[in-house]
Amino acid sequence: MILIEYIVGLSGLLASALFIYGLKGMSSPVTAVKGIVTAGWGMAFVVAVSFLQAFRVPDDVLPHLPVNLGLAVLALALGGLLAGWKGRTVAMTAMPQMVALYNGMGGGSAAAVAAIALMKHEGGTPLHLGVTVTGALIGCISLTGSIIAWAKLDGRMKKPVRFSGQQVFNGVVFIGTLALGVMTVVTQLQGSSDGGLFAMLFFAGALFFGLCMTAPIGGADMPVVISLYNTFTGLAVGLEGYVMSNPALMIAGMVVGSAGTLLTLLMAKAMNRSLSNVLFSNFGASSGQAVQGPQGQMKSVDPADAATTMRYASSVIIIPGYGLAVAQAQQKLYEFVKMLQAAGVDVKFAIHPVAGRMPGHMNVLLAEAGVPYDMIYDMDDINDSFATTDVALVIGANDVVNPSARTDKSSPIYGMPILNADQAKQVFVIKRGQGTGYSGVQNPLFFQKNTSMVFGDAQAVLSKMVETLKSLGTN
Amino acid sequence: MLTSMTLIIALYIFMLAAFTGYVVISRVPSILHTPLMSGSNFIHGIVVVGALTALFTATNIVEQVIGFFGVLLGAGNVTGGYVVTDRMLAMFRPSTKKPGQSATDKKTAS
Repeated sequence: MILIEYIVGLSGLLASALFIYGLKGMSSPVTAVKGIVTAGWGMAFVVAVSFLQAFRVPDDVLPHLPVNLGLAVLALALGGLLAGWKGRTVAMTAMPQMVALYNGMGGGSAAAVAAIALMKHEGGTPLHLGVTVTGALIGCISLTGSIIAWAKLDGRMKKPVRFSGQQVFNGVVFIGTLALGVMTVVTQLQGSSDGGLFAMLFFAGALFFGLCMTAPIGGADMPVVISLYNTFTGLAVGLEGYVMSNPALMIAGMVVGSAGTLLTLLMAKAMNRSLSNVLFSNFGASSGQAVQGPQGQMKSVDPADAATTMRYASSVIIIPGYGLAVAQAQQKLYEFVKMLQAAGVDVKFAIHPVAGRMPGHMNVLLAEAGVPYDMIYDMDDINDSFATTDVALVIGANDVVNPSARTDKSSPIYGMPILNADQAKQVFVIKRGQGTGYSGVQNPLFFQKNTSMVFGDAQAVLSKMVETLKSLGTN
Repeated sequence: MLTSMTLIIALYIFMLAAFTGYVVISRVPSILHTPLMSGSNFIHGIVVVGALTALFTATNIVEQVIGFFGVLLGAGNVTGGYVVTDRMLAMFRPSTKKPGQSATDKKTAS
């Protein structure tokens, strides 16, 4: 029996080492694939070995063991197959919301672990129960919060839910939940029969608070929020690891907790937003009305004309945005780019740090279409080149090229670093309609003299452009 | 069955793990932020081990139901997190760096 305990313990140790090694690998593009595979082996090993625990359960569990084992295998197979299948088949554009969903699942799992620990009165000291309840609170918030984040990014929940006095309401819900948590601990310590009731109310309150906290946050801020909930789940797992005396959970959870905190801050910084700003400021609530739209007329141009201009330009910088990915037009774009290159045009891609829905998302989407690495430039590397570039082609991007972020102090996105597309000699913007971007802010770039709008779905427009270039030939 | 762990040792573990996470991540290029978030999402899926431990020791139907969902959700976290991260990172395989690669290597990679 003692041998099993050693094997299980050492497997956790090995897994922790592999996780850290794998995470380190994932921090460089060269070793990234090896990193996730390493961490994956660690996980497979520790999950398999954890079944050995079935041999050392207390006697009162023995009659239930066959059912428990059956349930465990069923749950592993079901959860694994469903999530694995969905993860394999989902479109690359939908990756951010899948990360949110899987993260919420982890939070829910941590909450379930806490619930069982409470029912079993394990440990029973105030500290132990306090940690259990804290982990449960964080896990529950992560679960429902992540589901809201998923729904928003997936377009199932279009508008942020806001009402007056919302922050006070959320504050009351949070304090009420905390109070229920304290009552749960107290009743557990007293062994009172009300313990179960308070625990249930506490879990309901924590789940409800996750909804309340996330509902008013706008879709544009979701990447930061998802990263925050990723951190939350990590912390919840770490705390439940303490409750279960499992150091592997403590280490993995806390590593994710601190790495996630750092990632969250980096992302918020890339968007020029502080975390408290994201969580409490109701971004974009009033911008539509308060900020006067720029005056003037948008010029629109035919795709064929725009394509011809680019064909005879010497340099073109392309600024892809989420609109490109939504239209699934990356492949078409790259086809167009290859034809431009064949005609001797110098083509580069400029990627804003938050292009797509998350930092790095757009790089992944372009890589999927086969765009070579050396054509893709980060904002800092390319921003000075716009002034000497003939054409800037903006596809489905909006806020990241909005010059009012530089000049207009009243703009909600003021101070956000942007790509200097407006400095190019000629700007083409492929856009579905005249609407505003994700932040709801009007874009003066579209009204500039040297800007021409190409209205239409990116896929359709790029198809027309490719045809135009074909008819022009390569010389 | 469970050996009790002193608070102090727990705090040592948390402290060291927190620094480890910070150091490992601190010099990441922004193109890897999303895959890395997904990767750390996979790693906290180890909670499934905690859920399995809890489910093994369940002694009544309520604990079994909660344990079942705990393992189910944890398994989803692990598998989904791995698959999504792997797909994203597959884009960073060296071969995609060569110019003129077609998009078909997405299929061979996954």
